Amino acid sequence: MIDKIVPSVEAAVADIGDGTTIMLSGFGGAGMPSELIDALIEQGAKDLTIVNNNAGNGETGLAALLKARRVRKILCSFPRQVDSYVFDGLYRAGEIELELVPQGNLAERIRAAGAGIGAFFTPTGYGTELAAGKETRLIDGRWQVLELPIHADFALIKAQRGDRWGNLVYRKTARNFGPVMATAAKCTIAQVQEIVELGELDPEAVVTPGIFVRRVVRVPPPAAPLKAVA
Amino acid sequence: MKRMSREQMAARVARDIPDGAYVNLGIGLPTLVANHLPKDREIVLHSENGLLGMGPAPAAGQEDPELINAGKQPVTLLPGGAFFHQADSFGMMRGGHLDVCVLGAFQVSTTGDLANWHTGAPDAIPAVGGAMDLAIGAKQVYVMMEHLTKDGRSKIVERCTYPLTAVGCVNRIYTDLAVIDVTVRGLRVREIVDGMSFEELNRLTGIALLREQAPAVA
Repeated sequence: MIDKIVPSVEAAVADIGDGTTIMLSGFGGAGMPSELIDALIEQGAKDLTIVNNNAGNGETGLAALLKARRVRKILCSFPRQVDSYVFDGLYRAGEIELELVPQGNLAERIRAAGAGIGAFFTPTGYGTELAAGKETRLIDGRWQVLELPIHADFALIKAQRGDRWGNLVYRKTARNFGPVMATAAKCTIAQVQEIVELGELDPEAVVTPGIFVRRVVRVPPPAAPLKAVA
Repeated sequence: MKRMSREQMAARVARDIPDGAYVNLGIGLPTLVANHLPKDREIVLHSENGLLGMGPAPAAGQEDPELINAGKQPVTLLPGGAFFHQADSFGMMRGGHLDVCVLGAFQVSTTGDLANWHTGAPDAIPAVGGAMDLAIGAKQVYVMMEHLTKDGRSKIVERCTYPLTAVGCVNRIYTDLAVIDVTVRGLRVREIVDGMSFEELNRLTGIALLREQAPAVA
């Protein structure tokens, strides 16, 4: 019997070692697996390489992981935000390495890793400093840049619903990097708001088939904050 | 000197977006174009974080933190809209499926090189997002920017001095002074703000512009 459901976020991240490469889903806060990240901070793994679109907001989620100084290097497309001060400080102090990747290259390099593609050529970035030193080739009359896949040891992603086989569906724009990251890591861990019985997810609507997912952990949505009664 | 306001610029760009177009509007000034799209045209807005059919901001209290645009602001989804993951979203851009993108810029060169992602200042934290993918992928790349910097220098230049976003990608430039096409023969002025002569525009730009016989815009 296949049962990918693990009892807690702590159990889900228990074997993540120092020096590993971890993909984190999310575009800003939408789709960020914050509870898994909190468990990772608690677990203590360090010297990590993180792949995410951004570099954290405020002091929660990815920003909290950075603040705890567990991250050696980050690959992302858009680190600078109004509330990215944790990253900004580390970067200016030279305490974190940044590989800046155009967002489409980030998505496609992750997709390539998951699809077994050794490398690909793309016009994105040609003639810019982000393509400096990379192999280029004229294809169909257009200059293109060689890009390599991004593999990861773990992917921590957030979905809306999942089952014990690891099938997942997402919610609105929180889907973003989840489906591609799920394909590109040796071990994909999904936090879901709800676990359903096999067969309950419409097979026509499954976004991530369970073959890409190793562990599923339920993290209920936060309760509505209580309002103080004066 | 009379200039177009930001809203007038946005309305001018919106006029050129045809019925049925799939369009991506960049962060900043281009976002204003959404407010001016003609009501009698069905235009589908793409947001690179994974939606087509983006609608306006929700009413107060109706915001959903999982329904946001590329600027991470809450938006709505129109009937017929769709969600998709990042590789599909950027496939739409890089695969040439978008009809138009409208981007802000620091500089555009005479050959359509675009600089809009990084000032290159030593203490600046670089961030590129989807700018390079949009610039090489959309069928028509429109730039929307002020014609001059705050200290009066032209943002249309012989060669970009800021780091490039893409080479030879810009098709048309909308500024607060003029509408200019990037052609193989050079920069061709389509329209000039009311009250400004071609010679004055040429002097302010500091580059030999080509003249097109066209009426001035209001």
